[in-house]
Amino acid sequence: MIKTDILIIGAGPTGLFAVFEAGLLKLKCHLIDALPQPGGQCSEIYPKKPIYDIPGFPEVLAGDLVDNLMEQIKPFEPGFTLGERAETIDKQEDGSFIVTTSKGTKHHAPVVVIAGGLGSFEPRKPPIPSIKDYEDKGVAYIIRDPEVYRDKKVVIAGGGDSALDWSIFLADVASEVSLVHRRKDFRGALDSVEKVEELSKIGKINLITDAEVVDLKGEGELDSVVIRHKDKAREEEIKETDHFIPLFGLSPKLGPIANWGLEIEKNAIKVDNAYDYQTNIPGIYAIGDVNTYKGKLKLILCGFHEAAIMCQSAYQRINPDKKYVMKYTTVSGVSGFDGSKKEAKKEVVKSIN
Amino acid sequence: MSDVKITIIDREGEAHRVDAPTDMNMNLMEVIRSYELAPEGTIGICGGMAMCASCQCYILNFEHMLPEKSYEEEDMLDQAFFVEDNSRLSCQIPITEGLDGLEVRIAPASE
Repeated sequence: MIKTDILIIGAGPTGLFAVFEAGLLKLKCHLIDALPQPGGQCSEIYPKKPIYDIPGFPEVLAGDLVDNLMEQIKPFEPGFTLGERAETIDKQEDGSFIVTTSKGTKHHAPVVVIAGGLGSFEPRKPPIPSIKDYEDKGVAYIIRDPEVYRDKKVVIAGGGDSALDWSIFLADVASEVSLVHRRKDFRGALDSVEKVEELSKIGKINLITDAEVVDLKGEGELDSVVIRHKDKAREEEIKETDHFIPLFGLSPKLGPIANWGLEIEKNAIKVDNAYDYQTNIPGIYAIGDVNTYKGKLKLILCGFHEAAIMCQSAYQRINPDKKYVMKYTTVSGVSGFDGSKKEAKKEVVKSIN
Repeated sequence: MSDVKITIIDREGEAHRVDAPTDMNMNLMEVIRSYELAPEGTIGICGGMAMCASCQCYILNFEHMLPEKSYEEEDMLDQAFFVEDNSRLSCQIPITEGLDGLEVRIAPASE
């Protein structure tokens, strides 16, 4: 069991900055994120894109902002559970919470802060009505162990890098690889496109372009996919296969958090913005893009502000008997849990005789 | 201030004829959101960076007058569903005076 003062769900810029504000109050934080690296959207979607509205930064790349935040919070030694999605929350008798991830990792904290942005990133599922029935029975959205496909027939769908790369890789593993894509053009790295073309010419990849997988067949287990060609003159094609792997990238979903009993409005969590960004469940806060209130702006700078306010309230919740006055870092410096101390240089006082 | 008239068919099939400003640096996705023609959280999720495809629309006329698709837009449409030849990401379509009379239909939301 991982124990901490503030458990933060979501390691995007807002969640990361919350670690700093909590650290100033001597509160320790642990972060959970479904992605394998911290930074949220900034790292996953647009690391190389510039942001122009971070106060004090005329221009900063999203990836650099994350690096800077990681550097800023380092003294406060945050813990990370990455690549796992927060699944369930259980309120304990003493008012604290236990949050369990998709991999079963348990976290115990008196305060839970949801800084989940748009939600956790999940593979996009094609709109095939029966697809759910075949999940783990021939259909997978992520390739975990390529050996599963050894000497099997595999149909991959998609036109991006992952569809191309996995087609190339599985060409040597599976007995048959078909790649179905809705256009003739592929948008992946040129090397990969050329390699797929080459493998297609020598019959190692069965390339099916201008086509889409529209249906799945099989009793219990998948045994074939139905392919519809753009050319309406051609009939739908039934292709026998052991596996169907649609690779259409990731999209964010609010996910299990939506079932935690929190008040949800417009795909976001309602919070008290007159005070501390607490949700309808005392002890659970929501900050950043994941929350909503009248006048809400989904801006990183608003998330930072909400993180600072939330920490003051969380402090009082964790230490109901303590009095606390907010201090400026310029006056008090920053004392890390790692023993580091940053502070403004003292004026040298020297009298002239 | 100058407005153009744009007809937007929502996901329920209802047509809305709306005024879209040409002088506010707005794109079609933002026009749809400002009139709340699709529920918040189901359109323009990425904020207009051509990175989520939630604002996919079918262009019913004037297709030749729109800016060419960028690499990012093509790439995103490759990962989207319900894609047709006239599919565009509405966040990549700036509102200009030439678009007076444009008609579009919002593509279904995908899971």
